[in-house]
Amino acid sequence: MSLILSIVVDGVAYGMILFMISVGLSITMGLMRIINLAHGGFALLGGAAVHLLTTHLDVAFIPALLAAVLAVVLLSVLLERLLYRHIYGFNELGQVLATIGIVFIMIATVNLFLGSTILPLGVPASFTTSIDLGFRTLPFHRLVVIISGLFVLAGLWLLMEKTKFGIYLRAAVDNRVAAASLGINTPVVYLVTFAIGAGLAAVGGILGAELLPIEAYYPLRYMVLFLIVVSVGGLGSVSGSFVASIGLGILDTAGRYLLPGLGTIFFFVAIAVLLALRPNGLMGRAQ
Amino acid sequence: MTTPVLSSSPRRAATSLSVLLPSVCVLAGAALAFLMFPYDLSFLTRIVIMMIFVVSFDLILGQAGIATLGHAAMYGCGAYAAGLIALHLSPDPILGLAIGAVAGAVMAWISGLILLRTHGITLLMISIAMTMVLQEAASQARWLTGGADGLAGITVSPLLGLFEFDFVGQVAFIYSVSVLAGVLLLCQILISSPFGLALRGIEGSASRMRAIGTPVYRRKVTVYVIAGAIAGIAGALTAQVTGLVGIEVFNFSLSADVMVMLILGGAGRLYGALIGTLLFMVVHHLAASVDPFNWLFVIGFMLILVVFVLPKGLISLPTRVTQLLRRT
Repeated sequence: MSLILSIVVDGVAYGMILFMISVGLSITMGLMRIINLAHGGFALLGGAAVHLLTTHLDVAFIPALLAAVLAVVLLSVLLERLLYRHIYGFNELGQVLATIGIVFIMIATVNLFLGSTILPLGVPASFTTSIDLGFRTLPFHRLVVIISGLFVLAGLWLLMEKTKFGIYLRAAVDNRVAAASLGINTPVVYLVTFAIGAGLAAVGGILGAELLPIEAYYPLRYMVLFLIVVSVGGLGSVSGSFVASIGLGILDTAGRYLLPGLGTIFFFVAIAVLLALRPNGLMGRAQ
Repeated sequence: MTTPVLSSSPRRAATSLSVLLPSVCVLAGAALAFLMFPYDLSFLTRIVIMMIFVVSFDLILGQAGIATLGHAAMYGCGAYAAGLIALHLSPDPILGLAIGAVAGAVMAWISGLILLRTHGITLLMISIAMTMVLQEAASQARWLTGGADGLAGITVSPLLGLFEFDFVGQVAFIYSVSVLAGVLLLCQILISSPFGLALRGIEGSASRMRAIGTPVYRRKVTVYVIAGAIAGIAGALTAQVTGLVGIEVFNFSLSADVMVMLILGGAGRLYGALIGTLLFMVVHHLAASVDPFNWLFVIGFMLILVVFVLPKGLISLPTRVTQLLRRT
């Protein structure tokens, strides 16, 4: 029993990180129909910025986190204006290649300034203390991750369902051309969505550094994982991303606990079977 | 049966010559390289093997328009199959190549049956997932594959019973070049056949091809199996020439590199695959010898440049330049 609870708690924490990083990717893919392989790069840059601020400039963790996320959002606005705006028009293959190019440059930049070792984020000591849950002790950090994930989910739900921007966004996901012809300023919707996605990736990357350590090759190492979340959840679906992230988090954790050695095989076979049966993901609609 | 109209026309003779052209170009280029760089033969052999691999990817991406990120699966299966055969059964290199081709084809057939029912991002994901499964399986099955250490000490007997593989790598180079020339000939025949035409039709519009009665799915599986066999040959060659097979043969970056090489050169044309591979490997070699990490800057900017400026690859550079000149 306590084993099952452990798997669930660890899996949910892991899933929340996946959710925060991947949800922006899912929405940009559903909205702009772009395969953005550089999305994990925003998580890396966020983590690298926090590392720089906390260890080299002695800034406290929380302000460093806020500053890093802000910096990533600004960078993503710049990149959207300069590069991504043109990439939207490319075919699938062109998008894959252009964004691989961008991610390579991000990796090389981080590597040039900070090296290729794991970058510690200067997490405050209070984050690593354990709290007793009755059946096991849990690092406080996991709890922070789970709570932040729930906040992000709630925030996105409010944004999508209760604001004017959410209406525009959902309309544009459903049909870009019709949305544009109804007078919705789709380029601005794209820009804001892209920036939100990048910012969330940075938050996820920073908070998730305990489980997915930040280092120069981060975006390539975990790219497959993020893309799997998106394709399992279904493009452009926040709830799909959430269900897929938590499900995959628990599946992966269970595989590692129960079938050590065969966990990865189990994980990827499950994904391949699922995608073969439901090519549009759990909550995706036929294109 | 009605007789085909084109069968006796002079065009037929011209086509049969043009079928030989890529192979002849490669042989001439290889002979030149052999004389100019006699001390870099092992690097040249690596380029040649990579060319075989990229040409096989050109068949599925360039001709049939199937974009996958798991082409290393077939390459790796070929490498392991050839390595195991050489270690346990017979050291004959040609037999090893044949087994590698069969292994690649079988892998492509099994995975293709699932993969080719999907498209777009799902196809990319499943192809990546399959390669990951293979890599994990290879690292777990220590009794067979040697796990993370891989297979080492693979030796092959003299080629055709006559030519011993030498230390400098002359025989290995000539052997690989001959295989490449044969593969190019095969691909050129395939491309100029009605089957090749059907593939380009599928790349253009699968639904229209279905409407005129082409069994699209079967054609795709067929070309995937052929490409898998050729990728298996490339893997088998690597195993024989280097004497090593590790789980890195299933690396994601290998599948991505192959795609990059093909797009750099220009997908859809065999010369594009050859030029792209040559450029990528040489730039990699030079940049990596200066600083292995700067290599990523180079390739990153190269990719963005190609996608933005030369979407059809370097092979379209001459036409592109003349277009620009004419406009001004």
